[in-house]
Amino acid sequence: MTAASAKRSGLGALAPAAVGFASLVAFFVAVEILIRYGVLNRFIVPPPSEIIGSFYRIITEEHVFNRFLLTAGECLVAGVMLTVFGVIGGILMHRFKLLQQACETWVAALASAPFVLMYPLFLVIFGRNAWTIIMMGFVSALPPVILKTIEGLSGTRKVLVNVGKSFNLSTTQQFWKILFPAALPTIFVGIRLGLIFALINIVGTEFLINFGGLGQLIEDLAERYDLAGTYAAICFVILVSVLFFIALEKAERWLRPAG
Amino acid sequence: MPAAPTNRTDNAILVADNIVVRFETAEGPITAVDDMSFKVRPGEFLSIIGPSGCGKSTLFNVIGGLLSNHQGVVSVAGETISSPHKSIGMVFQEESTFPWRTVIDNVAFPLELIGMPKAQRAERARHFISLVGLDGFENRYPGELSGGMRQRVSLARTLASEPKILLMDEPFAALDEQTRLLLGDKVLQIQQQLKQTTLLITHNITEAVQMSDRILVMTYRPGTMKRIVDINLPRPRTSEIVGSEAFGRYVAQIWSDLREEASRGMKDAESHVLHTPASS
Repeated sequence: MTAASAKRSGLGALAPAAVGFASLVAFFVAVEILIRYGVLNRFIVPPPSEIIGSFYRIITEEHVFNRFLLTAGECLVAGVMLTVFGVIGGILMHRFKLLQQACETWVAALASAPFVLMYPLFLVIFGRNAWTIIMMGFVSALPPVILKTIEGLSGTRKVLVNVGKSFNLSTTQQFWKILFPAALPTIFVGIRLGLIFALINIVGTEFLINFGGLGQLIEDLAERYDLAGTYAAICFVILVSVLFFIALEKAERWLRPAG
Repeated sequence: MPAAPTNRTDNAILVADNIVVRFETAEGPITAVDDMSFKVRPGEFLSIIGPSGCGKSTLFNVIGGLLSNHQGVVSVAGETISSPHKSIGMVFQEESTFPWRTVIDNVAFPLELIGMPKAQRAERARHFISLVGLDGFENRYPGELSGGMRQRVSLARTLASEPKILLMDEPFAALDEQTRLLLGDKVLQIQQQLKQTTLLITHNITEAVQMSDRILVMTYRPGTMKRIVDINLPRPRTSEIVGSEAFGRYVAQIWSDLREEASRGMKDAESHVLHTPASS
């Protein structure tokens, strides 16, 4: 490879990130202009410049990092739980066909259930603490992980299963050496979906029960009609999501480098 | 002129005796394979050829032990088999490499299963990778390789298990004709180097004549043995042999046997479509 082509390929690798960042900046500039010219109402959508200006305030005055850590921690616990229980649930349902036939339909139905409205029940069961929030996130995010695990295992190409049989693999070897690695990409799609569901429900429950985290901060700021602060806090929720997606991508690359 | 066909039975390593396979379908029971009996000698290259739908792949599954609900007996070196057997290494028609493993890890797969130490299995895997001509691709993933290269990885993986019999089901069916001929050369070279007993299931006459010592021609449904043709072409062979006069005669002879069967298959398929209600 020549120095010039190496330089070109290095620039090529940065291009998607650069275009993405430029699109975001262009969007904010457009919103700023529309607000300044009165096309958008600044009492509904605060100018991006004000949102950026309010970051320092919510970091110093609202202890946003502690809240960020609390929400991220709740997401982490819910994420670990939904990965462990969701994947195991999917594996069991794939292994025992009767269980799959009996439960798959209502698990699929649960995926569209508005769990966030069940927060009073969870408050009664777990009390007004972080476990209510974690369990709300966990339960609402479980169905996609279970369903995608079943889909991944069932979708393993028959020829790969036959290769395993031709090498006389035991049922356990067949699972760990063929079915599970073949299903991993689909399982990760389920975990990603689950994390989205979990984060929405965790922040939503923090908002509803007014208990710690970024959800409570958003609720507080909205009550005070501090729109710029509210949007700045929402940016921290997005940051939680971005961090989890990066971590998940790293985990997937580690488990299955070829993708 | 090609020699008279023979069904040599001495010192057989693989024996298929009266194999019958029936399937229940919505239109009633179908006999896919009927009374198939043949023997394969050590080091021999036998091809089984027949028109589409004649039960070749069913026979492949029976010999490989993947299909157990059949009548008749398959034995390897005198041992009757009813499930996949370590003496038989299978190469499948569909792409069957593990996409999550590198080439070397794919090839080392059977060695990993027997608990061979990592360094030793890497060395053995490299040997088989080299045998199929993929040196330098050890750390690539199948997704980075062409279809022909992936089939060579599958072949190397099967060879790494050092089977007594290499059983292949149309391994080059998805490849273009030129790649197919060149891979045929590679398989011939490996087969001659290892003295590997090989059973090839194919519908490609050129491929069968290029590589085989004998060719078993199957009838269309129910699949049964129509004829065995001895291929008395000189060895070692390469794909250059396809231009020879003797090669052409063998191809013509097998096609004359197959033509009638292939026509029956085509008429059967057309009749099936005619008797199936239109969907719209």
